[in-house]
Amino acid sequence: MRTLDRKLARDLWRLKGQVLAIALVIAGGVMTLILAVTSLEALSGARERFYASHHFAEVFAEVKRAPLGLAERLAEIEGVNLLEPGVRAPMRLSLPGFRDPIRGLALSLPDGRQPLLNRLHLVAGGLPEAGRDDQAVISDAFAEAHGLMPGDRLEAILDGRRATLRVAGIALSPEFLYQVAPTDLMPDYRRYAVLWMNRRALASAFGMEGAFNHLALTLQAGASREDVIDALDLALARYGGTGAWGRDEQPSHRFIEEELRQQRLQAIVVPAIFLSVSAFLLHVVMGRLIQTQRVQVAVLKAFGYRDTELARHFALLAGAIVLLGWALGVALGAWAASALAELYRAYFRFPEMPFRVPAWALALSLAVVAAAAGLGAWRTVWREAARPPAEAMRPPAPQRFRRSWLERTLPTGLLGHEGRIVLRHLGRHPAKAGLSVAGIALSAGLLMIGAYQLDAVETMIDRQYRQVLRMDMELTFREPTPRRAEGELAHLPGVLAVEGWRRVAVTLQHGHREERVGLLGMASPPRLRQVLDAGGEPRRLPEAGLMVTRWLAESLDARVGDTLEVQVMEGKRQRLALTLSALVDEPLGVGAYLARRDLNALLAEGDAINGAWLLVDDARRQALLDALWKRPGVAAIGLLDEAEQGIRDYLDETLLAFALIFLAIASSIAFGVVYNNARIAFAERARELATLRVLGYGRAEVARILLGEIVLLTLLALPPGWAIGIAFSHLLNRAFSSDLYRLPLVLTPHAFGFAAAGVLAASLLVALMVIRRLGRLDLVASLKGVER
Amino acid sequence: MEHAKEIALEARGLTRHYRLGEVTIQALRGVDLTLYQGELLVLLGASGSGKSTLLNILGGLDSASGGAVRHVDRQGSERDLTRAGPRELTRYRRHHVGFVFQFYNLISSLTARENVAIVTEIARDPMAPETALALVGLEGRLDHFPSQLSGGEQQRVAIARAVAKQPELLLCDEPTGALDFRTGIRVLEVLERINRETGTAVAIITHNEVIGEMADRVVRLRDGRVDRVHANPRRRPVGELRW
Repeated sequence: MRTLDRKLARDLWRLKGQVLAIALVIAGGVMTLILAVTSLEALSGARERFYASHHFAEVFAEVKRAPLGLAERLAEIEGVNLLEPGVRAPMRLSLPGFRDPIRGLALSLPDGRQPLLNRLHLVAGGLPEAGRDDQAVISDAFAEAHGLMPGDRLEAILDGRRATLRVAGIALSPEFLYQVAPTDLMPDYRRYAVLWMNRRALASAFGMEGAFNHLALTLQAGASREDVIDALDLALARYGGTGAWGRDEQPSHRFIEEELRQQRLQAIVVPAIFLSVSAFLLHVVMGRLIQTQRVQVAVLKAFGYRDTELARHFALLAGAIVLLGWALGVALGAWAASALAELYRAYFRFPEMPFRVPAWALALSLAVVAAAAGLGAWRTVWREAARPPAEAMRPPAPQRFRRSWLERTLPTGLLGHEGRIVLRHLGRHPAKAGLSVAGIALSAGLLMIGAYQLDAVETMIDRQYRQVLRMDMELTFREPTPRRAEGELAHLPGVLAVEGWRRVAVTLQHGHREERVGLLGMASPPRLRQVLDAGGEPRRLPEAGLMVTRWLAESLDARVGDTLEVQVMEGKRQRLALTLSALVDEPLGVGAYLARRDLNALLAEGDAINGAWLLVDDARRQALLDALWKRPGVAAIGLLDEAEQGIRDYLDETLLAFALIFLAIASSIAFGVVYNNARIAFAERARELATLRVLGYGRAEVARILLGEIVLLTLLALPPGWAIGIAFSHLLNRAFSSDLYRLPLVLTPHAFGFAAAGVLAASLLVALMVIRRLGRLDLVASLKGVER
Repeated sequence: MEHAKEIALEARGLTRHYRLGEVTIQALRGVDLTLYQGELLVLLGASGSGKSTLLNILGGLDSASGGAVRHVDRQGSERDLTRAGPRELTRYRRHHVGFVFQFYNLISSLTARENVAIVTEIARDPMAPETALALVGLEGRLDHFPSQLSGGEQQRVAIARAVAKQPELLLCDEPTGALDFRTGIRVLEVLERINRETGTAVAIITHNEVIGEMADRVVRLRDGRVDRVHANPRRRPVGELRW
């Protein structure tokens, strides 16, 4: 078989353009799978490793203040493995040269030692020395954002008192992988810090000597988490407990879990789309490539080659292309995944990111593309091999052509010779034309997904920050305050409008489903924060009853008119039954909403607020921040433009990074498909085109026929391509919905145009390449039907 | 004719019709024909007379609609080609027949030597590709690709490819059809020499009456039937042919 193999090698080289184009299609499909699966495994592997090595707790609880002696009794609860009480307190920080407010959370460390649970991973420096009350370990992200090093100094306000702290060390914690302030959606490393100080120092600053306000614990193997939580809640209620929670509600864990859940879905949906599209295209393209070798098949058969020998030859041809494409896809996928893993490592602060391409993904992707190529090649080889060699070598009989209805409908003279040839040719081979159209349509669909994601992110952010959140600042108070605080705030410099709000932590229950959310009481009608209906239009608060985010209603399986059990988790801990009276459609976060006066009535607290939204004169913003800084009642200042920037950065680095990679893949698939279509159309029609040239047609006239066919096929592919794009976008939209954000299903003219422009550009580029080839067409050889 | 009249190939009542686009073509309407071992036979006929169809069926490249084709190999064992399955036909083509096509049908990605080797590698008792190429006078162009060879040279590679497996039958479909006179003569000289030196039975299809003069017998086909069979008293040397 040596000579046949040599032919194989030379054929591969001769067909290198097409081979590369097909390999590109394969690589695209394989790359998506490798990329999605590898980055998913890297992220979850890094998390598991860090959790295990640093003893991440499984259950958490907060109280107002409980004696340390209680902790010893709580450790006796059945199912508790390790239990560690601690002190946590909000604080404010200032750094020389940075004028924005910085919020912080201070956590206690056993004097001079690592905690039992949620141990720190020190990246620089060390723990505070035992007995020192002026040393702190700061979170790695905050240190990096400000370029802080061990030995640097910070100004802190601990419970209203100023103190100077020295940075003893810089650390990562499994509790703050995703380091986000309590009311924020996105991390802001410059304006939010986590600090660890010796227990004694923190306890004395906050009046917590001999007491704790935070508990972390792990469970014994096989213990029921729910039973432990119930027992804790019972024991902690009289100390101001707001209900213990498991890891699934721990903010950092929840964010990462959400990210992982989404990636898991994505790792199924996106590669499924790409890989099946590329498998289909591969199947078509491979079949056609082999069909162009029909005369060679016939000649080899005439010499007495067996069908199995020919099948092996073409299987090797297909196999070589598949292997090339697959290897390219694996390499590119691994490369892109490692780049993404770096992004993730920066976002979620992992000490290390294990990076490994899973063997099953390699095997699966190879199996899919090999099967697709095999099927495409197989059918064609078999069809050609089954034909008597004499028939295959005969110049093909003039095919049956007829005037199509289209041709009859169009006015005579409009089409010209070239147009007629193109139309009749497509009409003669409807199946072949159909496959070409399907291939281009699928590529257009892939391109549309890319454009859709970019548009959807833009619309989502716009809707949230232009329509929903219309304030410039969000103030959170240390505790509920009478509403007249609104009036005081209105007099501060630069404040244009004030709207106070009241928020309480609640658990919503419907049937056996349960969600912890913030219940927000707003002015009615709200001016600085709107609630939107399904059409994206602002709506009024209902006269009575509760509104919740549609996503939340779905996860509670609740419909408008249903009654929800509302357990207030603070203050008097009322248990209420409220009617779900409307749904809110907002793209970011989840929440429950009520008119503020109704909420206050239910809480029986009078007209109180525990935060306010401000509209601010930009020119006087700094003066306002300085004034707010001096008010100890203000626990936190949220800057909306910073928050918007935060979420933009986050989406840019995660979702959009993915989207851009997929867009690049979609483009290369589109190009690969169009290029192969054109090359094969050219090969199939070389004889006809050469005849026209011999008859005296110019190069441009002949090119028009080929171009006409390519462009016509592309135009025909646009409507189904858009339809496919819409379907893909729907699929993706489901995959990208989470309680963190929901991409709106917006299909802008831009997305349609982008998909169309993408495939048309690919077509024109390819057409130019083919026309160049037309100039080199050997007229005599083509007429004889000799393969070149 | 001095050689013993042993039958190599025998066709009886051969018919073949096929559809070409929207018309049905009756290519063969009952052909009786015998090819003897070691004979040089020329099939003459105008285009459309059915001669290519006949050759394709005799060579196992196509199957007949009706009638029978019997092949007898050198060992005397027989096979009925009209009843043979694809596997049997493949074996027949692989071991017993060599083809020369009008348009050479060389594999463009292989050199002259490799184009021959692709056949010798699957044959039972082939000659070396170099020997076969030397037989057609191409020993100096072993490593040239088809695109580097003239038409006559390409046809000679095709002949070398056909004879390298040492077939019993050499079927040539218009071997000089695409060549000029001088090159055509060279190609015919090669075919004649192979017939003479190796005893391979050669059937040449042509529409060129003159070529008939080099044959042992000339069979004229007309409208899908054998019109006339004529035995030459003496094979005219190829060098004397003129057209």
